[in-house]
Amino acid sequence: MSISHTLLGLLEAGPRHGYDLKRAFDERFGHDRQLHYGQVYSTMSRLLKNGLVEVDGVEAGGGPERKRYAITDAGVTDVQTWLTTPEKPEPYLQSTLYTKVVLAMLTGRDAGELLDTQRAEHLRLMRDLTRRKKGGDLADQLICDHALFHLEADLRWLETAGSRLEKLAKEVLA
Amino acid sequence: MSGTRTEPRAADGAAEAEAGGTPGSGPDSRTAHDPARRPSLRGWFDDIAMGLRFAFGGGREGWLRTCLTSVGVGVGVAVLLFAASVPHMMEAQDARKASWTPTSTFQEEPRKSDQTLLSDTANTEFRGESVRGRILDPDGEQPPVPAGLEAIPEPGEVVVSPKLRELLRSSEGDLLKPRVPGEITGTISKEGLAGPQELAFYAGSDDLTSDTASRVDGYGPQEGESQPLPAALMLLIVVACVVLLLPVGAFIAAAVRFGGERRDRRLAALRLTGADTRMTRRIAAGEAAGGSLLGLAVGGVFFLLLRESATAVRVQGLSLYSSDLLPHPGLTALLAIAVPGCAIAVTLLALRGVVIEPLGVVRQTPTRKRRLWWRVLPMLLGVALLLPYLGGFAEGETQSDVDTFQLAAAVVLILVGVTALLPWLVESVVRRTRGGPVALQLAVRRLQLDSGTSARAVSGVTVAIAGAIALQVLFGAVQEDETTLSGGPRFDSQLLVSTPAQEHATAEALRADLDRSQGVRETIALTSSFAIPADAGPDGMEDSVTVGDCASLRTLAKIDSCEPGDTFVVTDSDPGATPKPGTTYAMDDPAGDAKSGDKGRAERWKLPEDARPVSSHQAHDDFSVTSGILTTPEAVDDTRLTQGYSDVHVRTDPGNEDTTEHVRNTAARFSMAADTFNQTDTRVSQEFAAIKRGIYAASAALLLLIGASLTISTLEQLRERKRLLSVLVAFGTRRSTLGWSVFWQNAIPILLGVALAAATGVGLGLLLLQLAGVPMSVDWLAIGGLASLGGLLILLVTLLSAPVLWRMMRPDGLRTE
Amino acid sequence: MTAPATTVTPPTATTALLAASGLHKTYGSTAALAGADLSVRAGEVVAVMGPSGSGKSTLLHCLAGIVPPDSGTVHYRQQEMSSMSDAERSALRRRDFGFVFQFGQLVPELTCTENVALPLRLAGAKRRAAEERATHWLERLEVEDVRHHRPGQISGGQGQRVAIARALVGDPSVIFADEPTGALDSLNGERVMDLLTDSAKESRTAVVLVTHEARVAAYSDREIVVRDGSARDMAALA
Repeated sequence: MSISHTLLGLLEAGPRHGYDLKRAFDERFGHDRQLHYGQVYSTMSRLLKNGLVEVDGVEAGGGPERKRYAITDAGVTDVQTWLTTPEKPEPYLQSTLYTKVVLAMLTGRDAGELLDTQRAEHLRLMRDLTRRKKGGDLADQLICDHALFHLEADLRWLETAGSRLEKLAKEVLA
Repeated sequence: MSGTRTEPRAADGAAEAEAGGTPGSGPDSRTAHDPARRPSLRGWFDDIAMGLRFAFGGGREGWLRTCLTSVGVGVGVAVLLFAASVPHMMEAQDARKASWTPTSTFQEEPRKSDQTLLSDTANTEFRGESVRGRILDPDGEQPPVPAGLEAIPEPGEVVVSPKLRELLRSSEGDLLKPRVPGEITGTISKEGLAGPQELAFYAGSDDLTSDTASRVDGYGPQEGESQPLPAALMLLIVVACVVLLLPVGAFIAAAVRFGGERRDRRLAALRLTGADTRMTRRIAAGEAAGGSLLGLAVGGVFFLLLRESATAVRVQGLSLYSSDLLPHPGLTALLAIAVPGCAIAVTLLALRGVVIEPLGVVRQTPTRKRRLWWRVLPMLLGVALLLPYLGGFAEGETQSDVDTFQLAAAVVLILVGVTALLPWLVESVVRRTRGGPVALQLAVRRLQLDSGTSARAVSGVTVAIAGAIALQVLFGAVQEDETTLSGGPRFDSQLLVSTPAQEHATAEALRADLDRSQGVRETIALTSSFAIPADAGPDGMEDSVTVGDCASLRTLAKIDSCEPGDTFVVTDSDPGATPKPGTTYAMDDPAGDAKSGDKGRAERWKLPEDARPVSSHQAHDDFSVTSGILTTPEAVDDTRLTQGYSDVHVRTDPGNEDTTEHVRNTAARFSMAADTFNQTDTRVSQEFAAIKRGIYAASAALLLLIGASLTISTLEQLRERKRLLSVLVAFGTRRSTLGWSVFWQNAIPILLGVALAAATGVGLGLLLLQLAGVPMSVDWLAIGGLASLGGLLILLVTLLSAPVLWRMMRPDGLRTE
Repeated sequence: MTAPATTVTPPTATTALLAASGLHKTYGSTAALAGADLSVRAGEVVAVMGPSGSGKSTLLHCLAGIVPPDSGTVHYRQQEMSSMSDAERSALRRRDFGFVFQFGQLVPELTCTENVALPLRLAGAKRRAAEERATHWLERLEVEDVRHHRPGQISGGQGQRVAIARALVGDPSVIFADEPTGALDSLNGERVMDLLTDSAKESRTAVVLVTHEARVAAYSDREIVVRDGSARDMAALA
């Protein structure tokens, strides 16, 4: 899962300071592991350097002063590319895909489209594997089968997620 | 046989072992005290009660099935109740008939007294219906009054049956009125009538003489004179009963199995929830019992409803009071036990070839061929039972009780044999069939897989048709036997009016009246009597003397020239019996007591020497004169002949039914003693025709009944194959192809059934004819008629199932969601 | 494998063997199809996927001319199917299409050979010739040893192979397969799909394959997803 893309995506909804970003990330995606502050700031400085975010301003609060980050046009394009590029179909993609779906929703993009693209990519790989299986020996077949069954499970997840998008959108945008 | 028995047993054992492992799953857990795991009586009742609940509480579909079964069983039960009413009906009718039949009919005539009356019959016929008429003339103050009358009607008065009163009131009755002598003053009550539709009257009179009328001193059953049935008639009745009742049994058996496929599926579901094989059988039995019990009730209601309308039915002048239709209590009890019993037996039998597994129904496909040998057994046994009688019954011999049972058993065995033979026949024919168009192939293959179901349904038809054909052969032959009775002079007449009178003048007077009667074209009059040669002893041979004008005489013999005053002698008989011209005959003295004495022989008549020899027309030698004297009235004093009767033969305009009634009226006006006979069609053959019509009607009704059950099973089969039909439609099967396959599927068993029925029927009929000692003859046209009824049935079933087939052939069946 | 891995673009209406556009079909009050488009090129295997109740079977029925759509058109070889009579469509199905369903499609009374020969016989072929061809196809599908058996006596996998033989026997242009492996385990299902797609490719028969299993859909060249009555060609996304 790409933390930088996720944070960028979160910024697309509006400028935030680092602490906000961490809290938002934890709320949405940090189910099993919370984001470390250091990760936020190091990512932000990398994004700043690449010109994908800019500092929107500095807040002086009760504590230490805080930088507010905003996404740049280049940043938006980057998010866009990331969201529309299907992941390489491989096992245990759920968390990445989930993150993508939620971010797509948060940023007003078409999450269904994202899932369909991913689905097509999965099936393309499955087709390749099926074809390879036909020509291969037993070992090949078994290896391909393993992959195929996993991919099939992912694909089912994609289908299930697709049919629950509306419900998810309600929760995410609530 | 034993192979199929043991197999389900083994399955039982396995199923029970399985069920035993699951707590509370079978009856076994309830009967833990019984180590042999035999279900307790309680368990039995529980299972059967569950079946009953399924029969009545199975939702809309369950109800439909139960309704179909109960209506089907009800129809059968109603028919059987009617059959069970026959004994009482006959008893009641016989008792009523006896109450107006004079006791003297078969006894010596009683002496004239204050308590006697003179009675003469005035029976007639009106448009094919017989009218019972009686003229009564009391001798004194206390004459015996026949049942149904309050008193003997006064001279000029008539008491009529309600139906006759109704008829006489209608415009139709005008034609009958002249034959009812007097004014209607009363109505015959129920006790005096055979049935509500009977046409009958009693007329009062004061001028009857003991010459024509008989003296009566009372009414009632004839002592020791109960007339046994003639053997041939008894045969007819036995066959008719078997023929009509067997298909009803077959129909009930089919009705009990309506919706069997669905039932099996429900039982499979029960197995899934833990019922063992035996439980499912008991539940199925309970369900069948439920349907048939309701059927009994429905049958009872049908019977009561039909009983009321039975009073309107008149067959052969016979009609019934609804109170006559009282089912025999023993037979009714038997019916009440036998119908549910048979329902259960049929269900269990049907389940024998089926293994109900928790996940579905496995039909044991019959891999073995059906064996022929035991299927022919009933038939062979039946024929064997008939063999001892093959010599034929002696003339006039009647049945003993043993004979009746043996005959009935033989006929039942032969007809049941058809039922047993049919599945084998269908199977072996279908097994050999290959090729043919797709529709035929589908049908044949279907029958190869399961020909039993349709063969069973058809066997009812087969029994009905075989029996009807057997009856047809019997009746056909008997009828021919009877119709040969008509004959007479070579004169193509339709009617014959006969009156007891030896004077030819009477005949001529009657003839003159009849010539004026409406619709009469031509008549001849012949008076027949006898004369005794004067030199013969008391036992001397009489010569017949026939008096008529030249034209009338020419109808009897080949006469060239004839003038009034001529006399002829018929010569073509035994020369010794030919009267010799010049013979002197002793004549009755009209003044004296004709019957009593020698002194009456004073008058003599000499057969003229110039009496010319003539030969008779050989064509009608039954009744025509083949010997004796033919004479013109001018040549003889016919007032002195003995035992004369005058016949007027009447030729009528064709196509006018009423002519007959006009002639009867004219004859009745002339003399109440004149009888009118229909020459073209004897009454006997009319009765046979009516019985034949009755059999046809009953066979047709049975065929319809069986058609209904065939249709239902076809529909059920179609519904079961909904998905398959949709698939067939998907890959482009024409509707007509599937329509034809349904057609063939019904046609093959029905055609085979009809063929088998025709063969058995003709065979049985000919065999029975041998018994009855009647020459053989087969009315192929009538058999063809019955066979085409079978064909009609095929069409009917196919047409009736077509709409459902069409609906099934929609692609909806492909949708699995 | 001869089939190119790159046949992913949907055919245009003129190059398509079978093309449907704007299909609407309503059963009672539920809309099974609401404006579905789809086209199939000669010889390609198209998988139709989608959740149950999405209308995939209805789409197949409309494409095959079994069910006329309420509105929209289906062209087969540039010929509009809804303008054909029922008899013409039946004849077309006999001649040009083959069918494989999930279950219950074999006539239980007929032997396997006779079942396979059935489409030929329906089209008017002589019994002997039809059964010879049927035997040939049963051999191709490796079920020649059950050719005299009845459907009740063979396994589900064998039954599906017989059904595929029957679908292929008439040398159809399109085979419509509705969940052909739905009642089979995965190994049997794969074998059946191998045989179906290989045979179809060899005889350049197009296959419209309705399935909800991704592994089955993986045998296709192209994937269509039906959702809420409309069809989406996934080729455009990959």
